[in-house]
Amino acid sequence: MRTSAIRKLGLAGLATALCLACDAGAFAQTTLRVGIAQDPDILDPSIGRTYVGRIVFSAFCDKLFDIDEKLNIVPQLALSYETSADGKAMTIKLRPGVKFHDGEPLDAEAAKFSIERHMTLPTSFRKSELASVDHVEVVDPLTIKLVLKTPFAPLITQLTDRAGMMVSPKAAKEEGDKFGLHPVCAGPYKFVERVQQDRIVFEKFADYWNKDNVFIDRIVYQPIVDATVRLANLKSGSLDLIERVLATDIKDVRSDPNLVLATAPSLGYLGLTINIANDKNKGPLSQSAKVRQALELSIDREALNQVVFNGEFTPGNQWVSPEHPYYQKAFPIPRRDVEKAKALLKEAGVSPPITVDMMVPQGSEEQAVAQVVQSMAAEAGFDLKIRTIEFATSFKDAQAGNFQIFQIDWSGRIDPDGNSYVFMHTKAPQNDGGYSNPEADKLMEDARLVNDPAQRKAIYEKLTKILLNDEPIIYLFHRKILIAHTKKLEGYRSMPDGLVRVVGLKLK
Amino acid sequence: MLNFLARRLAQLVPTLFFVSVLIFSLQHLLPGDPALAMAGEERDPAVIEQIRKLYRLDQPIPVQYAYWLKGVLSGDFGESLRIKAPVRDLIAQKLPVTLQLGSMAIVIAFLIGIPAGIVSAVKRGTAWDYGANLFALWGISTPNFWLGILLIFLFSIKLNWLPASGYVPLTESLRGSLASTILPAFVLGNAIAAILMRHTRSAMMQVLESDYVRTARAKGLSERSVILKHAMRNALTPVITLGALELGTLLSGAVLTEQIFSIPGFGKLIVDAVFNRDYAVVQGVVLVTATVYILLNLVADIAYILVNPRLRG
Repeated sequence: MRTSAIRKLGLAGLATALCLACDAGAFAQTTLRVGIAQDPDILDPSIGRTYVGRIVFSAFCDKLFDIDEKLNIVPQLALSYETSADGKAMTIKLRPGVKFHDGEPLDAEAAKFSIERHMTLPTSFRKSELASVDHVEVVDPLTIKLVLKTPFAPLITQLTDRAGMMVSPKAAKEEGDKFGLHPVCAGPYKFVERVQQDRIVFEKFADYWNKDNVFIDRIVYQPIVDATVRLANLKSGSLDLIERVLATDIKDVRSDPNLVLATAPSLGYLGLTINIANDKNKGPLSQSAKVRQALELSIDREALNQVVFNGEFTPGNQWVSPEHPYYQKAFPIPRRDVEKAKALLKEAGVSPPITVDMMVPQGSEEQAVAQVVQSMAAEAGFDLKIRTIEFATSFKDAQAGNFQIFQIDWSGRIDPDGNSYVFMHTKAPQNDGGYSNPEADKLMEDARLVNDPAQRKAIYEKLTKILLNDEPIIYLFHRKILIAHTKKLEGYRSMPDGLVRVVGLKLK
Repeated sequence: MLNFLARRLAQLVPTLFFVSVLIFSLQHLLPGDPALAMAGEERDPAVIEQIRKLYRLDQPIPVQYAYWLKGVLSGDFGESLRIKAPVRDLIAQKLPVTLQLGSMAIVIAFLIGIPAGIVSAVKRGTAWDYGANLFALWGISTPNFWLGILLIFLFSIKLNWLPASGYVPLTESLRGSLASTILPAFVLGNAIAAILMRHTRSAMMQVLESDYVRTARAKGLSERSVILKHAMRNALTPVITLGALELGTLLSGAVLTEQIFSIPGFGKLIVDAVFNRDYAVVQGVVLVTATVYILLNLVADIAYILVNPRLRG
């Protein structure tokens, strides 16, 4: 008697539980689960440095401007901008009625505060991006003016990335350099919690300026380092979207009826930085442009692409990809020519084998690229000694000039200046090879001063001619942004910066 | 007993001091530079200089150590260079995860390893014995990451029974938490089970040949009682010590397994910290792990005494 009563109670309880589950099902929250390749660093737009961090920022930190698929500048928190005739002032009109996650208004004062914070916070990595800005003026409650030291064409593209992210002045003042532990911005989602190396959770922000286009309630970013496991999670349904699919997994994703592969040409490049002025051993590569040209001629970029990446990436010979508006069509990719390479070596007066110390960061794809290059270059008489190195050490060795070739994988910037100036201008911070050519310097400086794309392209044409002859960096190919998601996810747009725009996404 | 405990606990202090000096110096032998590692792709020399100043990376190593020690003595383990969070909070976040995974793994190891060891000792030379030995060989020689990926393919992709990776805290859902940790716990437990099995087997075989077991059998006790009551108790003493040490190793983080299953435990924390040259985090985690390891050693010794009355006194 008693047991059966208990059993009945139990059943009733179970029924209630089931019913609750039903109710929850009816009003279920939608959650987008995104698999990212690393655990991001601090979520503070001034201090953040990682690519994966930028992916997460897109969920909660809107910028003054954004880019579209074709790299055009489009409004986000700002409505428009105007550069003065002398190029030394940029007036920006802000979108009215925008609120931060803490309810504070985004007005001209707040925008001025955010930009000044990027410029002055001691550990800010945005300083160099905003180095051209002298000061910020408030023109009216919804207008600011950036007064520049010198005209700087790439400035507008900086404002489409972290340097253009607006933070709540109230929260930023209270938290100081700990702001990134509880970031407060003006994006579509607001920060809920973060468990290191496990998940970062966001929920929909009710007062978002574009809330009518936000359809998913929560977003969870999960760092999963192993690309195979990331894909396995997507296939099993534990994730809805993953970034950085391996090129060798592309076939697998395409053949899965539940998955979609989204691709876009990447803004970055993979190249070989040649140590020209810092090489202590003064190897032949550092001494003669002819030897560098010979090395380039020994490489078959298309074969490299076929062997390592199943032909999925884009071979290239400039710092922007052949699909980019600033690519110089007058300088196409040279065909492989081993005989000519040998002849060049002879002209330069060096006799093979030419032993070269080649520094390659860790990673299976990086290793494969290095090995293919090694075997191709061997036919022309180069003996590339591959030295594998982990990232933290590679930066140190690069800066110390402890390499003859450094295989670099640059994530890329929207403006071509971000792919060239810092690597090749004399004494620029990332000019590890110490390349210096006053003529090239002048052209790189000039390209920063003019805003008209046609004029800039003409300047870059002259620069390309010099650099392809001097060869401080031999560009090999451009990756593709590879993102896979389930068919249930709708409205995904492939962007050349690889960052996942969450506005407009829907889960069926 | 109390005396013994006090003496052992007093030894903890110099040991930890030595460990901390060692790890501090070893870390600085690593090539690379924390400020540069932090800057990553964007190497702005002015900012890197600022970071060096701010985190005292420009000072001599003994001075850096002194600052660190001063902090630790007042309960402050410093802050992560990479994410600015206090190291104490990071450890507090990870420790429960690692404890849960470690204990589940060790339970699985004992549940598989000890019965298998006993069976193979008792049924020596039979198919049971060969089967158990084969299992042990497989368990010891299968790499964790490989077994992990196979299990993910089977249980998550083919059968869709368990989540492929990720971690659900116990406080959120018991079921979900067990589901998210059972595969990695099995991977870890399986390898240890193999070791425990081998040790149980040899200890058990020794004991079964001893005089007192012969006496027990001569008295006419049932075989079941001889094995479970008389032989096993003696045979298990070294196995318990071994188990405690293995648990200590588990608690210092199961790097590969955590990586494959995306379990946010100590292993992932320390590996990421080493790669990013996040010294304060490495330092804090090593200190905590060393403490746990030493304490577990102590627990093993106590268990030894409790199981074996001859050692009391």
